[in-house]
This record gives sequence, C-alpha cells and structure tokens, in this order.
Amino acid sequence: MNDKNIIITGLIIFFVFLTFPFWYNMGKASPVPEPKLTDKAKAAKECVEPKEYMKAEHMQILDIWRDGVVREANRVYISETGKKFNMSLSTGDDSCMGCHSNKADFCDKCHDYASVTPYCWDCHIEPPKEKK
Amino acid sequence: MKNSRRSFLKLAGISALGLGTKPVLNAFASGGHSEKHEAEIQKNPDALKAKRWAMVIDTRKFESEEDFEPIIEACNKIHNIPKHTNKRHEIYWIWVDEFKHVFINQEHEFVDDRVKHLPFLVLCNHCEKPACVRACPTKATFKREDGIVLMDFHRCIGCRFCMAACPYGSRSFNFRDPRPFIKEENKEFPTRMKGVVEKCNFCAERLAVGKTPACAEASNGAIVVGDLHDPESEVRELLKNNYTIRRKPDLGAGPAIYYIV
Amino acid sequence: MLELAIKGGKKYWILIIGLLAVMGIAFGFWLWQLSFGLGITGMSRDVSWGFYIAQFTFLVGVAAGGVMVVLPYYLHDYKAFGRITILGEFLAIASVIMCLMFIIADLGQPMRALNVLLYPTPGSVLFWDMIVLNVYLLLNIIVGWNVIEAERNNIKYPGWIKALAIFSIVWAPLIHTVTAYLYCGLPGRGFWLTAILAPRFLASAFAAGPALLILLCLIIRRVTKFDPGKEQIQSLAKIVTYAIIINVFFFLCEIFVVFYSRIPSHMDHIKYLFFGLHGHNALVPWMWTSMAFMVTSIILLVNPITRKNEAVLAFACVILFIGTWIDKGMGMISGGFVPNPLHHVVEYAPTIPEIIITLGVWATGFFVLTILFKIAISVKEEVSGV
Repeated sequence: MNDKNIIITGLIIFFVFLTFPFWYNMGKASPVPEPKLTDKAKAAKECVEPKEYMKAEHMQILDIWRDGVVREANRVYISETGKKFNMSLSTGDDSCMGCHSNKADFCDKCHDYASVTPYCWDCHIEPPKEKK
Repeated sequence: MKNSRRSFLKLAGISALGLGTKPVLNAFASGGHSEKHEAEIQKNPDALKAKRWAMVIDTRKFESEEDFEPIIEACNKIHNIPKHTNKRHEIYWIWVDEFKHVFINQEHEFVDDRVKHLPFLVLCNHCEKPACVRACPTKATFKREDGIVLMDFHRCIGCRFCMAACPYGSRSFNFRDPRPFIKEENKEFPTRMKGVVEKCNFCAERLAVGKTPACAEASNGAIVVGDLHDPESEVRELLKNNYTIRRKPDLGAGPAIYYIV
Repeated sequence: MLELAIKGGKKYWILIIGLLAVMGIAFGFWLWQLSFGLGITGMSRDVSWGFYIAQFTFLVGVAAGGVMVVLPYYLHDYKAFGRITILGEFLAIASVIMCLMFIIADLGQPMRALNVLLYPTPGSVLFWDMIVLNVYLLLNIIVGWNVIEAERNNIKYPGWIKALAIFSIVWAPLIHTVTAYLYCGLPGRGFWLTAILAPRFLASAFAAGPALLILLCLIIRRVTKFDPGKEQIQSLAKIVTYAIIINVFFFLCEIFVVFYSRIPSHMDHIKYLFFGLHGHNALVPWMWTSMAFMVTSIILLVNPITRKNEAVLAFACVILFIGTWIDKGMGMISGGFVPNPLHHVVEYAPTIPEIIITLGVWATGFFVLTILFKIAISVKEEVSGV
C-alpha cells in the first residue's frame, strides 16, 4: 500500500486534535472553588434543603420551583424541617438571591469552574453588587 | 447511597406535586420510608383566587387621554416593559387604540362623539378558548385553571405561531435584548430575553401575593377584576347592571375582558 | 457512492465553491442574527412572520412536488419516469432540508428548538408539521439512496423500497396540507381562513415543483452525458399545465367568495395585495407580475405547439416558477398579516441581512441538490457506459 504514510500522518493529526484539550490545559488545573456564604446566609443556618443536597441538586430544585411558580402559581415551599420559604430566585429579601446576595462568590465561582453558563440572568435581575 | 435514594424519592414527590397529580405523591409517601415531614409546595395563603378571572373596563369613567397614562405606565414599570426606539420592535402589554380599531365591525359612521374620539384600552383578552394556546408547539403559553393565559418565558422557542394565532394582536416579540430600553428596572420582576414572545399576564405575580392587577389599582375604579363564576363578585355586579361588549365575539374565543360603553 | 461527489470537472468545483462561499457569508450573518436577535430582519409586532416562513412554505411545495415523478412510476407503472424518479426524490431531500433550515432561522431561541419534542403538544399544528417534514425527509433519503444504489449495482431495488416509495406518495400531499393548516386554522386572519388554502397550496406545489424539475432536466441534458429524455420532459410539462390551471382556478374561487360576500376582514388582505390599502401598496406590482406570469405560462403550456418547443417550455417554466414564488414566497405570508388584527396597515419588507440569510439557505439547498444530482447522474453515466 502506497498510502500507508499518509494514513499514519492523518491518524496522528487526528489524535493530536482529539487530545488537544488535555495537553493544552496541562498543569493549569485550578483548585475546586468553595462557594462563600453571606452573613445573612450564615445566620439563617438552614437552606431549603440540606447543604450537600443543594450542592448537587440545586438546579433540579430550581427547575421544579420554576414550573411550580410559573405554571401552578405555587409559591410557598415548606422544607422537611417545616420552615416556609418564598419560592423565588430573585424577588424579595426572602428569595434565593435575597439570602445569597453575593452572586459572584456564591454562583459564578463554581459555574465558571464547571464551565456552565446558566441563562438565568438574561431575565432575572441580579442582586446589586456589594461594595467593599 | 441512602442519601441518593432519598433525594430521588423526594424529587419524584415534588415533581408529582408540580404536575398536580396527588395520587402519585401519596403512592410515594406511603412507599414505606419514614420521614417526619415531606417537603411540600403550597400556594401563598394570601393569594387572590378565582374560578375564572375576568375584567370589566368602565370606559365611561375615562374622560381624556391623560386618564390612561398612569394605568399604562403602572403596568410598564412593574413589568419592565422596554420602550423601543424602533417601531418594529415595540412591545405592548396594555395600550390604547380608537374604537374603530378595537371593535372592528362594530363601528359605524354615526357612532357618538365620545366613543368616536375616546381611546379604548386593549390588552390580552385571556380567552376562554385561546387560539394562542392551541397553536403553541411547546405549551410555553398555557391557560391556567383560573382562566389566566400565561407565558412561560423559559420554554418559549420564539416561533411566533401564537402571534399569528391571536386574533386581537395582543402579543409582542422580543426582536432584541430589551434591557437597554428599560429606563428603570423593577427589581421585583424579571425582564425578558431576546427571542421570546410576551404579553399581559393579568398580573399573575401580584394575584399570587394578594394584590390586584396593577392597571386596576391605578384606574380609580374604572377597571375591576374578579371572579366570573362568583355571582356575588364585583365584576358580576357590573355585568348584571350594565350593557357590556367584548372584542370580536363572533370568533368564539370568549374574551374575559368586558367593556362598558 | 459518496466518492462520486468528489470527482468532478472544473465547472463542477466552481459551482460547489461558489455555493460554499454564499453559504459561508450567510452563516456569518446568521451568527449576527443569533447574537442580536431577529431585530435585524424586517419583521415586526404586526408582521411577525416574514421572508423565512414564506420561503419555508414555498419550499414545502417544491418538496411535495417531487412526488409528481414518483407517483406515475410507482402507482401507474409509467416506465418512462423510471429514469428520473431519483431526480424528484433528491429534489425533495434538498427542499425539505431548506425548509427545516428556514424554520431554524426563524426561531427566536433556536437553541430551544428541541422543546417541541421535550413537551410534545399534539394540539399544535407546528408539532405535526415537524413530524411530517422529518418523516418525508427520511423516506426520500432511504428510497432515493437505495434506488440509485440498486441501479449502480445493476439489480432491482428491493420490494420494501417500493412499499416505502408508495408510502412517500401518500405522505407528500400530507406535508403541504399540514403546512397549509398552520395558517388556515387561525381565527383572526381572514386571508388564510379558507378551506381552499390547502388545495391551493398543493396545486401551486405540483406546478412549481415539476416546473423546477423540467428546468433541472434541461440543464442536466446540457452539462452532462445523461439525457433525462424528451418524453419525460413533455409528460412533466403536462402535469405542470394541469396543476397551474387548477392553481389559478382555486385562486379565482377564493376571489369570488371574498368579493361577492364582501366581508371586509377577508377582502382587505386581497385588496392590499392587488390594489393597496390606505395608501400602502408595496406588493401591488409584485402580485400583478405574479398573476401575469402564471397566466402567460398557462397560455404557453396549454398550446401543444409552444409546449413541445423546449426553449419556449423552459421560458414558461421559469416564469411559472417565479410567479408561484412571488405568490407564496412574498404575498401569502405578508398578505395574511396586513392589515393587522386591529386593522392597521403596517407593511413588511425584508432587510438586507434577512435576504442574505435567505440566499444562504437557498445556496445550501442547491449545494445539497448539486451533490445528490452529481451522484445520481454519475451512476447513470456509469451504468449506460458513456
């Protein structure tokens, strides 16, 4: 076969492209960020669900909440501890962002790390940035 | 392990509740795992409720164009409605137009001067049989049990079939990002993003916390909302004692906005 | 068989590269539309569907029109069309691809397009339109590919292919009927609210589709060694003749009903298109051109002497195609939105970016068509040994 060299060169180029993300980012791995809590959130002690659960599943909760609020007009969430919460991402002091008003440190840090860009803030208005 | 199973059950339970299928939830609840409290989703106890929301607009109470401004302004402000500079991109939830445009086929040459020259408020009719809901391919627009026709902006794909379907021209489309055109953002209500359709939502977000729609609140009693199925309600009282008309009744869509002329 | 598409002469490559260039430029404009929003088009609150949806509607017709070569061959055993059924099927593939692209181009949030599957809504005609179009695309890909492959291998296509082909014959009118139902079931739009809309769509489809096929056949005869055949072209011409006559007849039925009943909400749209309304008349010259083209093509096609002259036939097909394109691709959608539900006249005209994106989709369609036709014709040249 005369094409042997061409095929092998092609395969090598293909392999290099395939693995590009790995060697391009080699040695650049950053540590897993830890979301920061505001004083208000610290004082509240409990969220709508346990911390570990929220870390892993907050997007599911948000998804269920959004359907519940928009489509069924259900706006009150009673957690397992019996506490009532206003089911809202960004409206009012008792909404998600009312407590976690530090979007940059609470949301963006991990989202950037995981390279996800939720489009929440295309419509929902961000809490004002805290001035330090 | 235990935790993930628990999460799954909980999520399934909540989702079932979200879909309004209680039997499913009960089945899960009696599924043998012992929790003291199940997470629950409820309506706000202060929420205003109705079997069928309706609105009566007493047009006799409006004297000049200035009377409409605070009403429209209240809605625009609360709902973060942009003021676009390009006419093609305009967005309206509630606006005014002349009798001959609002009540097509009901006008005639010799209609009295007040009606001829007075603008009429127009907004989504929250139809009994909404053509927009029929047309929507994703259920992004839907009719709630209490008759309010709503938009789920998260789900809308922007096909604009609903705009073609609406016989009242009540829908607008975000031809571009609306944010630069909102003078003062109301932090209590989201804006929209480009590429989705929007319209009057009967202030669903206000009803849910026990407030009447913003236009009614700003109207000095010219706009009244209430339950069409409740014979004691103020709207029924008004409908009983006054002759009212609706827009394009011949289409059979069953508008919920009544006008006293 | 795909390798046949990369063995071509200089002219073939010029065409391919030319089409790719148009596609590339249009893609750039589409990215702009994606980031800015549909505000770069001429559409508005009042005319909320424009050029994209109009092209989509017209091209569903062209796709359905392909069935006019498939049907006589498979159902009536009209052997002569055996030579060219593949052209009809491949034209259908290219057309449906364009249709789907126009839909995507028209969406405000194209990234969410799959919500249509995630939240299936059988009450929405758009849901059904998505199904019929995709099934039709699949049917034509399977049938077309297997038929041409069988031809290359000098065997007869398998029996199940014939079954699928017959199924696609039933399916073809369905795609355009459902597309018409998108419009004619809407309560507030008098222009579309007519039971004749779906039949009218089909008639214009069965005229425009085969007319384009005749033109393609004539081009193929000129630039390749494969001759689609004189008889085939004449048979197609007769189909086109009947279809365009029926199309104009249906239109006249509509005109009678609307103008004899004199119901304003039905009349005003046609008045706007053909005479202008409240001083707005952007489409008037276009609509009369369309009418003149369709009527002229009828005169040329009905007369056997002019029809049998292939130069005249080609001319008739060109004006017929343009005429039906103006009718559906310009008048049909705008006409339904003007005047708007509050009876204001807000006119629509596509913007330059909108036209470029539209051209890009057409170029993509012709790119697909060129490659598919190249494959089909290479196989035919190979088999006949020329």
